[in-house]
Amino acid sequence: MINRETGTFKRTYAEDLAIFRTPLPKIAIGVIALVVFVIVPWLGGSYWLGGLNLIGIASLGALGLNILVGYTGQISVGHAAFMSVGAYTAAVILREFPGTHWLFAMLGGGCAAALVGMFFGIPSLRIKGLYLAVSTLAAQLIIEWVINHWSWLSGGAQGSIYIQPPTFPWIENGELVVRKMDANLHYYYLIYTVLAVGIVFALNLFRSHLGRAFIAVRDRDIAAEIIGINIFRTKLVAFGIASFYAGITGVLYTYFYSIANFESFTLLVSIQFLAMCIIGGLGSILGSILGAIFITMLPIVLDFILRGVGGAVFGWDDAAASAIMPQWNLIMFGGLIMFFLVVEPDGLAKMWRNFTDYFRVWPFPYV
Amino acid sequence: MLTLNNIEVIYDNIILVLKGVYLHVPEGRIVTLLGSNGAGKSTTLKAISGLLKSERGEVTRGSIEFQGSRIDRRDPSDIVKLGLAQVFEGRRGFEHLNARENLIAGAHTNRDWRQVRDDVDRVLTYFPRLGERISVQSGYLSGGEQQMLAIGRGLMSRPKLLMLDEPSLGLAPMLVEEIFGILKRLRDEESVTILLVEQNASLALSIADEGYVLENGKIVLQGRADELGENADIKEFYLGLSEAGARKSFRDVKHYRRRKRWLS
Repeated sequence: MINRETGTFKRTYAEDLAIFRTPLPKIAIGVIALVVFVIVPWLGGSYWLGGLNLIGIASLGALGLNILVGYTGQISVGHAAFMSVGAYTAAVILREFPGTHWLFAMLGGGCAAALVGMFFGIPSLRIKGLYLAVSTLAAQLIIEWVINHWSWLSGGAQGSIYIQPPTFPWIENGELVVRKMDANLHYYYLIYTVLAVGIVFALNLFRSHLGRAFIAVRDRDIAAEIIGINIFRTKLVAFGIASFYAGITGVLYTYFYSIANFESFTLLVSIQFLAMCIIGGLGSILGSILGAIFITMLPIVLDFILRGVGGAVFGWDDAAASAIMPQWNLIMFGGLIMFFLVVEPDGLAKMWRNFTDYFRVWPFPYV
Repeated sequence: MLTLNNIEVIYDNIILVLKGVYLHVPEGRIVTLLGSNGAGKSTTLKAISGLLKSERGEVTRGSIEFQGSRIDRRDPSDIVKLGLAQVFEGRRGFEHLNARENLIAGAHTNRDWRQVRDDVDRVLTYFPRLGERISVQSGYLSGGEQQMLAIGRGLMSRPKLLMLDEPSLGLAPMLVEEIFGILKRLRDEESVTILLVEQNASLALSIADEGYVLENGKIVLQGRADELGENADIKEFYLGLSEAGARKSFRDVKHYRRRKRWLS
C-alpha cells in the first residue's frame, strides 16, 4: 500500500521513528520539488512568476506568524512592522557598507527583526489574547513612526531606500561571472529556496523539544509551567523565531522591489498576514501557505474573472471594467473570506485534511 | 419519557463513537448510565441535549424522542425549553457571577420573576450550604459547592428530566453521598426524572432504579439497578468484587482474568 498505514508493519526501531510511514509522502515531496523548482520556472511566463514570487514571500511571512499565533497562541498584529525592521536593516547595511554580500544583509535583517520582536514580546509574560494584540499594535505604530521620522535611518521623507539587486554566480561562455538578479525567474529561485528552508525548519521545529513547548504553552499554559517549561522564555523564543521569519520576509520584499519602502509594511499588511493564518488554518504549516496563496491570488483571480464575465455579459470595455472593478473586487474578496470561514472555521488546511481523511478510510465511511 | 432509538454518532465525519445505543428513561425514575472511560457516556448525553454540533459530531442514524416528539437535530436552546437540563462534567459555572446570579441565569427560559425567586429559595432548601455562600463569586466556591451550584442551576429551568454527567468528579466521599442523597430526594419530592452518568458504579446503582452499561459505543447490559448490582460481570469489572462478594486480590487478577461475557 502506498498511502495507508494498514499493512505497513514496523519491524525495527528505525522504522518506528521514520518520518514518512508510507511511500506516498516521499513521492509527493519529490513531485512537489520537481514542479516548484523545474517545471514551473520552465513553463511560467514572467508575469506569472512575478505573482508566484509574491505568493512565496507571503507564505514565508504567514508561516512565521503562524508559528507565533497558531502554534504558540500569542496574537500579534505587529508582524508587518517586524518585516519592516528586517527590510530597513538590510537596506541600511547595503547602503552603509556597499561591499557586503546580500546574504549577510539578509541574515542581519532577520536577526535585527528577531531582537526587536523579542523586545516587543516582553509584555506577553503578563498579558494574553486581545490585550496582547493591543500591545503588539503599539509595536506596529511605534516602529512605523520611527521609520517615518528618523530620516537618517530610513532615507529621507519618503522613507524609502533604493538598493542594488542581489547578485549570483553564473557561468557564461565557460567563464565564472557575477550576474545581477534582474528577472522574475532569478528572484523565483531565491524566494522559493528560502521558503523551502523555512518550511523544513518549521516542520522540524514542531518535532523538537522547543516546538512541543510552544504547543504546550498554547494549549494550557499553567500545565506547561507545572511540567517545567519556562513560559516567559518560550514565548520570547516564539516571538524571536516569528520575527526572524518576518525580517527575512521583509528583506525578500526589499530585494524583489529593489527598494525598502514603509508602505509595504503598514498595519493593513499585518492584518492581511493574520487573515492568511486564520483562513489557511491556525497551527498548520500547510495552512500558512494555502492562506498566503488564497489572500495573494484571490484579487488577481477575481480581477481576471470579473473582467471576463463583465466583458461577456455586460459588454464592459477595459475603461468601464477598470472603473467598476476596484469596488466589486473588494466586496467579493471580503465575501469569499467570510464564505470559506463559515464553511470550514478551521481553515483551508482542515478542508484538505477532511479530504485526505476521506480517502484514508475509503471505502469505509469511518474508522 | 426519553427514548434513544438505536442512535449512531460520528465525530468529524470519520470517527464512529456510538454504534447503536438504545436507552429508555421512564418518568419519575433515576436511570444510570455506567461505563468505562471513553465508552461514549458523555457523547450520549451531548447527543440528547443537542451539543454535538459544536464538537463536529452528528447523530447519523436512529432517533431521540422526548415525550413523544423527536429532539435530534433540534437546537440545544429549544431542547432546554422542552424541559431537559444537563449538568456538565466539571461544573462550568459562570465564574464572574455570584452564586445567586448563577442560579438566576439558570432560569433564563423562565420569564416570571416571582417563580424564579421562589425557585431560588427551593433550590436553597436542597442545598443549604449554597445559601451560606449565596453572594460569593462562583469562581471562589469550593469544588463541592460548585457542583451543588451546577445542579441547582440545572434545576432552575424547572426540568422534567435532569441529566448529570459525573457529579461525583473530584469530590470528597462524604460530599458525594450528600449530593446523591439530594438527587434521590429530588426524585421523590419533586418527581424529577434523572439520567445519571457515573464512574462510581456502586453508588450510582444504590440510588438508581434502572441501569445501562455502555461499552465501546454499545449498550451491553441493561436491567433493574438491584439486579445489575448482583450481576457477576458488573461485580467483577465495575465494583471490583470477586464472586464470593469479597474484595478482590490483585494477585488473582494477573493470573486469571474473567472474560466479559457480553463481549464474547
